[in-house]
Amino acid sequence: MSFMDKLTSYQLDILKEIGNIGAGNAATALSKLLNRKVDMNVPSVRVVDFDEMMEMVGGPEVIIVSVFLRINGEAPGSMFFVLSPAEAEVFVQQIIDDKEFSLNNPPFEELGLSALHEVGNILAGSYLSALSDLTSINMQPSVPSLNMDMAGAILMQGLVEISQESDYAIIIDTKINEQDNENREIQGHFFLLPDPESFKKIFTALGVKDQ
Amino acid sequence: MMVTENVVKVGIADLKFAKSPEVLRTSGLGSCVGVVVYDLSQKVAGMAHVMLPDSTQSRRDNLNLLKYADTSINILVDEMVNNGARKFAMKAKMAGGAQMFSFTSTSDMLRVGARNIEAVTKMLEMYRIPIVAQDVGGNSGRTIEFCPSTGKLKIRTVNQGEAEI
Repeated sequence: MSFMDKLTSYQLDILKEIGNIGAGNAATALSKLLNRKVDMNVPSVRVVDFDEMMEMVGGPEVIIVSVFLRINGEAPGSMFFVLSPAEAEVFVQQIIDDKEFSLNNPPFEELGLSALHEVGNILAGSYLSALSDLTSINMQPSVPSLNMDMAGAILMQGLVEISQESDYAIIIDTKINEQDNENREIQGHFFLLPDPESFKKIFTALGVKDQ
Repeated sequence: MMVTENVVKVGIADLKFAKSPEVLRTSGLGSCVGVVVYDLSQKVAGMAHVMLPDSTQSRRDNLNLLKYADTSINILVDEMVNNGARKFAMKAKMAGGAQMFSFTSTSDMLRVGARNIEAVTKMLEMYRIPIVAQDVGGNSGRTIEFCPSTGKLKIRTVNQGEAEI
């Protein structure tokens, strides 16, 4: 915790800017893909314990659809793109142009899942490449994993690496909004969770002194 | 008549005890393991939500003892005795330890579910507490609820509905 206690407001702003640039790039990618306007919110950076992190998505038992990827390289971390099942449905319907796609009863249609997987990959990839360009830190995303399950189960697995060292996670949360012609809204969350040792690398790369 | 059950919520890396008619619940177990140790005749039970297998792998000084299988089960068993449970009558049930993500990697991180199960089993063996039922592994999240008066563990998953062991 010691390190996180010492985070200055300047450093928090830097982390916010990271979320801004990353998600901004992802929102542009999504906008091009769907040929539609995509908004994004000002990112929030929070230091949360594990229970609080679950509350951010509505509790550990809430069902979420997530694309998870592990960031390897010089500044390792975890990244999630999180949607609610209803939003994921709308999202897939728009992408594959199939109004029938539903996430209510398994087995789900393969094409839809694959599309969701791929869009998650594109979004997370554009988030990371923006971040990597900004910091000139080498970041390699793993193959993404698409899951629909309880939030606690999914998010905790992504937190394993962090939890070895810490009881808290610094979470950079950016929301993107997208609205279609029928006024159905999609809100996707990007969660970027750098491993504890990565913060120093990120700050150094951006020329911020540790103190 | 409506019976309102008194639910004791167990958080992540947490440990709680309950006496009948209270029930213990922990939500959203993925790779984490939920361990219940109980004494049916005394109707007391304790539940731990274990995140990681081994506390000796951490480089930190002030560990959260409830996070690790080795340390949290020590506390669980000791506190059960303080709560009036008798050691010879204690039994255990557990659930969780799933592998949520399926991509291949050499990293131990992905096997954490299986390692949690191993560590918990080993600790319970050391205390000679029999594991009478378990629902572990797989790749889905679980919510579990334990009733100290019946000794039943209810397990809910998203796709397979509810089961009782």
